[in-house]
Amino acid sequence: MHPAFSVIFLTTLIGVGQGLFLALYTGQLYSVIKVLPVQDSHDFYGYGSLLALLFLGAGLFSSFFHLGHPERAWRSATKWKTSWLSREVIVLPAFMGTTFIYAMIQITGWNPVLFALSDDLIVDLSLFIGLVNTLLAFSLFVCTAMIYACIKFLQEWATPLTVVNYTLLGMASGFALSTAFAAMVNSNLVHFYGSWAIVLTISAFITRSASLIRNTKIKYKSSLSSAIGIRHTKINQKAMGAMGGSFNTREYFHGAKPALFKSIKWIFIVLVFIVPILLLTTALATDVSSLFSIAFIVQYTGLLAERWFFFAQANHPQNLYYQTI
Amino acid sequence: MTQLALVIDLNVCVGCHACVTSCKEWNTSGTAGFMSDYNPYDKDPTGTFFNRVQTFEIGEFPNTQTVHFPKSCLHCEEPPCVPVCPTGASYKRELDGIVLVDYDKCIGCKYCSWACPYGAREIDENQKVMKKCTLCVDRIYDETLPESERKPACVLACPTSARLFGDVNDPESQVSEQIRDNGGYQLMPEWGTKPANHYLPRRKTNITIHRDELTRVDNPLNKERQLPMPGDEEQTLDDIMSW
Repeated sequence: MHPAFSVIFLTTLIGVGQGLFLALYTGQLYSVIKVLPVQDSHDFYGYGSLLALLFLGAGLFSSFFHLGHPERAWRSATKWKTSWLSREVIVLPAFMGTTFIYAMIQITGWNPVLFALSDDLIVDLSLFIGLVNTLLAFSLFVCTAMIYACIKFLQEWATPLTVVNYTLLGMASGFALSTAFAAMVNSNLVHFYGSWAIVLTISAFITRSASLIRNTKIKYKSSLSSAIGIRHTKINQKAMGAMGGSFNTREYFHGAKPALFKSIKWIFIVLVFIVPILLLTTALATDVSSLFSIAFIVQYTGLLAERWFFFAQANHPQNLYYQTI
Repeated sequence: MTQLALVIDLNVCVGCHACVTSCKEWNTSGTAGFMSDYNPYDKDPTGTFFNRVQTFEIGEFPNTQTVHFPKSCLHCEEPPCVPVCPTGASYKRELDGIVLVDYDKCIGCKYCSWACPYGAREIDENQKVMKKCTLCVDRIYDETLPESERKPACVLACPTSARLFGDVNDPESQVSEQIRDNGGYQLMPEWGTKPANHYLPRRKTNITIHRDELTRVDNPLNKERQLPMPGDEEQTLDDIMSW
């Protein structure tokens, strides 16, 4: 497939936003059960979720560039019963809205206690809204990934690993950003977030590698023989019906040279996994706070390459009809 | 339930592209807006087409066959492009099974084109909406046309009648009969899309003649022996007479 930058930015940016919110809420949840020290809700959770909102907004903004008719985008919420894209279109603004409410609760400090499970466990409004938003964050990961995983003849995508990878990569980059954010505001959660960012990046490395290995072993169900219905082992296309190219030759081929295509795989493996893990480990050991920001920036840049490769690697069966001009 | 479709006879198609040009001509003149072209008389011409004829060479010289292969939307009975559409712009008509795009609802997200294994849909770069074969829905129900012309433009244009149009769910229709009698098949059956359009394969007409059939075993002359049998090299009456 031809990777569209609007979609690459959409999926990576909202992944960061979702991951960052999940990181913040994990911090809050741990502090409620007294595993972690309580943070300043105004500065840390409040501005932290506004930062998440910034990434989500940027992702949403970039998605509009993918549309031929952005002014009709509201229509895309109608077919949620059948279309994962429609579901994403509903869940993304819902998630953004709830993130905003969560941020406002933290910033304004209006946070009524809903009920108390025990003397120590007090459930307030922010905790409840955060829980709802956590569910929305995970639903959004599923919706985004299922847009691709549900197309069964794009065999590189049609695997549960797609959902796992979108979730883990989004969370890894979000936790990396939360580490950088915590380091910037001098929070004492740097080590907590940093360790989780490493764990999530390693997990994502394992599952993304699994999908790369799986994709090298795909047996394609369609062949030129089944595409035109003629049983012969030697079929050569002599003309595709359009000498100057068409939508079919532009939309479904990535157009990169084989060497570049292969090198992008190694580039993203280095930038998304290896360098950030090294930087985070070094930063945690030496407490140089600028390294956390660099780790996030490197990982995000790598994610752009990862998403490019994800799209480019998918081999659409229609390409069987477009082999020779 | 009615399912209108095309049956394309690969045994008859000569690859003249008349279906391509007639399709473009009819559909670019319709009320739904023209089918845009870019650089039509320049380098790298490109544009929107609903129908294309491709050419394949089967086998290796000297045992080759050239197959011309017209390809347009197959109007699947289980169209994978329809459920993925987030706006409902892509839909399948209950009335006749034609898969259509509502150009006023389409947001141009291209997701349906990803979900079609046949590459039958394309975005119109001018209108920024998805377009594809409509089976000339604006023509086949037009009662101002004589009934014989209420067919898709490509079917009317085909000089060899390689394209047939009708209801594939009606067992008595010409298209169903052709599919039954001539081994009509569907493209990429492995994805369960159940394309309504069918293709008729290349066919050779063979007749088996055994050696003993070359001479007439019940030749009455053999029995009656009224005339001497001519020798193998000799002229017979058949060679010199025009009966």
